[in-house]
Amino acid sequence: MRRLLLYIIILTTGMIFLGRLFYLQVLDDSFVARSQDNAVKVVYDYPQRGYIFDRNGKLLVSNQPSYDVMAIPRNVKVFDTAEFSQMLNISPEEVARRLDKAKVYSPRLPSIIVPQLTKSEYAYFQEKMRNYEGFYIQKRSLRDYQTHNGSNVLGYIAEVNKKIIEDNPYYISGDLIGKQGIEGYYEELLRGVKGVKYIQKDRFNRDIGAFKEGIFDTLPKKGKDLTITIDSDLQAYGELLMENKWGGIVAIEPATGEILSLVTAPSYDPALLVGRKRSQNFTELYYDTIARPLYDRGLQAEYPPGSPFKTINALIALQEGVVTTHDRFYCSGGYVFGRGRKMGCHPHASPLDMIPGIAQSCNAYFANVYRRIIEKFPTPQEGVDVWSNHLKSFGLGNYLGSDLSTGRPGKIPDADYYNKIYNYPTYKWFSTATISNAIGQGEVLMTPIQLANMTAIIANKGWFYTPHILKKIDGTPIKDKEFTEKKITTVEPRHFEPVIEGMHQVYKAGTASTLGVQGIEIAGKTGTAENFTRIGGKRIQLTDHSIFIAFAPVDDPKIAIAVFVENGYWGGRYAGRIAGLMIEKYLKGSISRTDMEKWILEHSLEAEYMKPYSGESFRINQ
Amino acid sequence: MSKSTVNFDWITILIYFIMVLFGWVNIYSASLGDNPSSIFEFSEVYGKQAVWVLLSILLIFISLSIESRFYQRFSSVIYAFALLSLAGLFVFGKTIAGQTAWYDFGGIRIQPAEFVKVATALAIAKYASGIQTNLKLFNHQIVAFVIIALPILLILMQPDPGSAMIYFAFIFPLYREGLHIGYILVGLFAALIFVTTLVFGAFYISIAIALICAGLFIYYRRKRLAFLKYLSLALVGIGFSLSVSYVFENVLKQHHRDRFNIVLGQEVDSKGIGYNTNQSEIAIGSGGWFGKGWTEGTQTKGQFVPEQHTDYIFSTVGEEWGFFGTSLVVILFILLLLRLLYLAERQKSTFNRVYGYSLVGIIFLHFMINVGMVIGIFPTVGIPLPLFSYGGSGLWSFTLLLFIFIKLDAERMSNW
Repeated sequence: MRRLLLYIIILTTGMIFLGRLFYLQVLDDSFVARSQDNAVKVVYDYPQRGYIFDRNGKLLVSNQPSYDVMAIPRNVKVFDTAEFSQMLNISPEEVARRLDKAKVYSPRLPSIIVPQLTKSEYAYFQEKMRNYEGFYIQKRSLRDYQTHNGSNVLGYIAEVNKKIIEDNPYYISGDLIGKQGIEGYYEELLRGVKGVKYIQKDRFNRDIGAFKEGIFDTLPKKGKDLTITIDSDLQAYGELLMENKWGGIVAIEPATGEILSLVTAPSYDPALLVGRKRSQNFTELYYDTIARPLYDRGLQAEYPPGSPFKTINALIALQEGVVTTHDRFYCSGGYVFGRGRKMGCHPHASPLDMIPGIAQSCNAYFANVYRRIIEKFPTPQEGVDVWSNHLKSFGLGNYLGSDLSTGRPGKIPDADYYNKIYNYPTYKWFSTATISNAIGQGEVLMTPIQLANMTAIIANKGWFYTPHILKKIDGTPIKDKEFTEKKITTVEPRHFEPVIEGMHQVYKAGTASTLGVQGIEIAGKTGTAENFTRIGGKRIQLTDHSIFIAFAPVDDPKIAIAVFVENGYWGGRYAGRIAGLMIEKYLKGSISRTDMEKWILEHSLEAEYMKPYSGESFRINQ
Repeated sequence: MSKSTVNFDWITILIYFIMVLFGWVNIYSASLGDNPSSIFEFSEVYGKQAVWVLLSILLIFISLSIESRFYQRFSSVIYAFALLSLAGLFVFGKTIAGQTAWYDFGGIRIQPAEFVKVATALAIAKYASGIQTNLKLFNHQIVAFVIIALPILLILMQPDPGSAMIYFAFIFPLYREGLHIGYILVGLFAALIFVTTLVFGAFYISIAIALICAGLFIYYRRKRLAFLKYLSLALVGIGFSLSVSYVFENVLKQHHRDRFNIVLGQEVDSKGIGYNTNQSEIAIGSGGWFGKGWTEGTQTKGQFVPEQHTDYIFSTVGEEWGFFGTSLVVILFILLLLRLLYLAERQKSTFNRVYGYSLVGIIFLHFMINVGMVIGIFPTVGIPLPLFSYGGSGLWSFTLLLFIFIKLDAERMSNW
């Protein structure tokens, strides 16, 4: 025993030590992370974000330096709060609150305490920096807008939130990320790649050189400059015309699918979302739930397309061979179907064949045409599906797949849809049940960009490129197949001729005969769409939407446009005028129809929009 | 000489050199500045240590060439001289950080307490091997305790409680030579009561002791004389618990209390006093299986672990060599200690055996306290890791301790 005791003690100690070391070094890996936090500091080098130019090379968005006051809570020493808050124009309580918040996020990682100093604040604070241990100034690059327009196209930049940080390891707290529009969709192109430096620290948190001689360090990669398809002058003009109105304008170059302008109204100045007032401004925009300025009506609003939809029904009828251009249909102030139900029409000559049918926008004509399409087939189900598939080849009823960060599919009904709502086969349904589709009401919904694309397809006589906003990356034209491969519709090119002629006649002798522009041959189509809202659970009809599609010049289309003006009454009233002005602006660069321009600028629909919110009963379509 | 050369225990010598070299390699990393210079650069810590290592080789030759009889014969003189060197500190010594523990010879500091261990080991060996000495006798035990207690008292007066603690190592040779097991058991129970009192408080521990003694009494009540025995046992235990509580709260200084509290898990403060232990655990823990590579330790480079080249050198091993390195060091120590125990047991003379046991006890206690502290299972006590930590005095005293024994072992046959 006397010999053994020390052997036992030594061996036991050895075992305990080995076990403890195995636990510390091999089993428990939390120490590795703690060592990294402790000893290695990561410093990021943010590259300049790419510039944005319009299709004519005009600079829209550049950068400006911005200085944030950052703090690492753990290192913050007692400081002169009074001087600090006075210098940076912030209350001492707010400073304390933000420091507490930063501590909650992480005592070791930097947090923004005062964002985006003004130049004078920066100069002043820089002088006094050494009195504020634990604080430092982080230079960032903020957007500098050279335009007041196109905020919906450009998107904006915001600080990343917690969810983004969790989902995408590239971002850390305080980083900026593009949101919506170009900034959102092309974030990775614009932002470039930030550089990383790993710096070895000592226990006093001082830098003592590069970690592992910098083998893990990377250089920043500059963001790419983007040229977009927008014509900034046209965009600005469109936004001007849409002042005091709600709705959207989408203009497309038919030959390329390039979006020339994408107007939503109401809108806001992109510069509102830069700088220290950013979050306040954003909150105001975000909570304006009536006008909804952050809602891109050009892309997201799903409206009944109204009469412009008739053109596409004519095309399908010709393709299916159910009518010829010479077939005439009577109109007795409308179209009677079923048990004494009638779809009304306005007064015009009767009977009409296709070209004047389009020009006069005769509801009865298109009710007949539509029924012939559906009734060509043994069952209405087959008919509706054939019709629906034609429409889908025009990019309707689904997301267009454009490079815009938002969008809606619209709605094109098919047989399944009607089977469901009419509870087939318990109950049967017939073409007349869907007759509103003939005139673009009923179950059909389209976004303005879909409608503009449909117009471009008519201008192209049967094909399109997916509408897109990006033209060049660092000066090199885009090669994305999605935007450079033609998409062919199911309607043959020859059938487009009479429809285009009909649309031409809209300006010559039809519903837009007063809206013509000297020297430009325009093909267009008016639209007036009934619409409803819900107030206190009751379905209430509002003043009709004013809709217009057009392209010009007729024989060599350069621009195809769709205009929606909410509650603008009939198509020629607001939308038609705006479409004509936009076309003239784009093709001529100046306006000859100053009478039309003056009318649009002087007329506001604000009073109309406030009617449903007034709480009083009101009249529509005045 | 030629005969004894063959008899040198080359295994021990090999382990010694592996440890000293590996120790220096880690000191180099732990003290590496921005611009590495010559390894003998005397202005750098690693340069100094390289010189100490070379000088210790000289020391090896000297200690091996002195006849083994000399150590036994002059042990009393050496011991007396050692005590004088400790006492002399209070006159000529240099005070650093509150401790008067060093002689300063023109910038080179010598810590006599390190060498006094050698002298005390020789003195105890000499006394225990005396023909009349019987350690089973109380009087003789007292003499042995006094030999150990004198240097302890002088060292405590510096004050350097860490170094003083090492003298408990002499309990091992004394036990081997006949000291009653009761001394060790009492020591163990005292330690148990000590720790539990600090954790749970004297009140609960006193109740526990009383209950246990009552239980034992009831269980063994058929035996005579039991009641008084258990009562006194209980009283002594409770008295000890209460006095621990009193000493801890009223005699110990705050930094002593903190050291205990952290190891006992009573206090969590990774920035203040717990900083050393916490940083050292992070350094070791981040090493993984094979470490971050020599001179690549981020904790070591950032000098997060204070005193890393001295008392915390093991954390550098842990960070840069991983579990591979730390287990190698632990196994080297175990091998060395077991080898020395084996050598001690094969000695014919009591002097040699007692000296060998003292040597094993001293190295073991250093190893256990130091590594235990660095890996966070022992209170923070500032003593070096033998043959690894930076420091000339420490390296030389362990070299002397070890090679005197190697010399004794080599000539174990010719002594009588």
